[in-house]
Amino acid sequence: MELFTPDFGLIFWMFVAFAVLFFILWKFAWPVILKNVDSRADLIDKGVEYAQNAKLQLDNARQQAEEYVAEARRQQAEMLRDADRLKTQIIEEARSAAQVEAQKVMDSAKVQIQQQQKEAEQQFRNQVSEFALDIAEKVVKNQMADKQAQTKLVNSLLDEIESKN
Amino acid sequence: MKKLFVILTAFLFGLAAAPSMSASDESHEGGKLDPKEIIFEHLGDGYGWEVPFNHHKRIPLPVIVFGSDGLHVFSSSRITDGQEYVDGNTTFKLAGKDSDFKGKVIEIVDGKEIRPFDISITKNVCGIFITVLIVIGLMLWMRSHVSKHGFKAPRKGLGFLELLIDFIYGSVIKATLGAKARKFAPYLLTVFFFIFMMNLLGLIVIFPGGANLTGNIAVTLVLSVLTFMVTNLFATRHYWKEIFWPEVPLWLKFPLPIMPAIEIFGMFTKPAALTVRLFANMMGGHMIVIVLTLLIFIFAAVNPVAGGATTVISVLFSIFMLLIDVLVSFIQAYVFTMLSTIFISLAQEEEHHHEEHEAEKTLQTK
Repeated sequence: MELFTPDFGLIFWMFVAFAVLFFILWKFAWPVILKNVDSRADLIDKGVEYAQNAKLQLDNARQQAEEYVAEARRQQAEMLRDADRLKTQIIEEARSAAQVEAQKVMDSAKVQIQQQQKEAEQQFRNQVSEFALDIAEKVVKNQMADKQAQTKLVNSLLDEIESKN
Repeated sequence: MKKLFVILTAFLFGLAAAPSMSASDESHEGGKLDPKEIIFEHLGDGYGWEVPFNHHKRIPLPVIVFGSDGLHVFSSSRITDGQEYVDGNTTFKLAGKDSDFKGKVIEIVDGKEIRPFDISITKNVCGIFITVLIVIGLMLWMRSHVSKHGFKAPRKGLGFLELLIDFIYGSVIKATLGAKARKFAPYLLTVFFFIFMMNLLGLIVIFPGGANLTGNIAVTLVLSVLTFMVTNLFATRHYWKEIFWPEVPLWLKFPLPIMPAIEIFGMFTKPAALTVRLFANMMGGHMIVIVLTLLIFIFAAVNPVAGGATTVISVLFSIFMLLIDVLVSFIQAYVFTMLSTIFISLAQEEEHHHEEHEAEKTLQTK
């Protein structure tokens, strides 16, 4: 069968033609075309990588921002709490200081009052003794005659004083 | 769409009416219809290229032969009608049907037929040249687009070409060969486009096409021999070691080299499979279309009405088969390229994992 026996002339020309084709394409066409295909593939790969990185960074940034906001909230709350505590503390301190001061004032007032009382008592005593001396003078003046009456009078006066005290 | 359908139907019925005429033509020539002859004439090579609608006229092509007294170059038109041509002292003619060299140029020396050393530009050779020119033209076109527009995607026909390049380079060559893709891509892409273009040209019945190139064993043989050469010339040491001293029990390779023999046999079966696969597929496709067409004439010889009816069916089937052949053209070019890539990549293996294994072993012993 002719179909299954390769013809030498055809093999020869086929080889030559393929060699020429390959040489021309290898020299002029493929380097340019393949370089283009490769570098475009690289570009696309890089683009994808870049986009992925950007997305990752964006996600990170978002997360970070959320963290910052949460942190700020926490700090705010803490500050508020601190302020509250400080306020109550200050009020408490003021109150206790006021109390102490008031106590002091009251104490000194008491002391003064007691002193004045003592002074008043002393004065009263002096007056009473003056009165007594006056009375005694009068009694002595009026009733020097009657010894009994004198004694009786002194006794009654003394009783009076005793009952008063 | 509907219009197209109407036109197509009218065309088919026109064809259905035609065979009665051609059948009578055939009978006028007085020759009995010999399907085998016609099939092999169409599938085979020839001096000169047939012109449509004419059995005798052929586009003449140069015949180049080294006869017993040196080089002879003459036009094929001098011998294709069966006449003898005398060039200097030597007589040439086409061998007759009963000769061993049927259809080839022979030299007549002392009344005996001798086959000279024949490197004529036959129909197939001419077809190959046309294919080469087309492929070069396409690729230079692509190149000029690339150098003008860079990454910008081409449109229309060039877009399809770029798609093919991208597909073969990206998902066949790069996927298989990896880092070595750039080294072998020029060869593999050339092979792909050359085969694809030859396949497609083979489907066109008139002049620039019509030569059954990839359905010719010489063409596929050269291509697979080239793949064989590329595979083995660029092979790594590991590949040769695997062939001559594979890692099998010693008795399989030492006194009787059983495994090496099998491996060497395998080296040659791969290109043989490549040759036959492409050849048989393309030839089969062409043969089916020719047989379907011949059916018309066979039935027309029996009965004009049957011939007419067969025409419609045959033409429909032929169109169907030709469309499938377009698909097959691509698939076979793709398969040839893919298998070549795989064969080359098998010969590119380094003993990476092996070395790692050994390194691990030495570490463990230490």
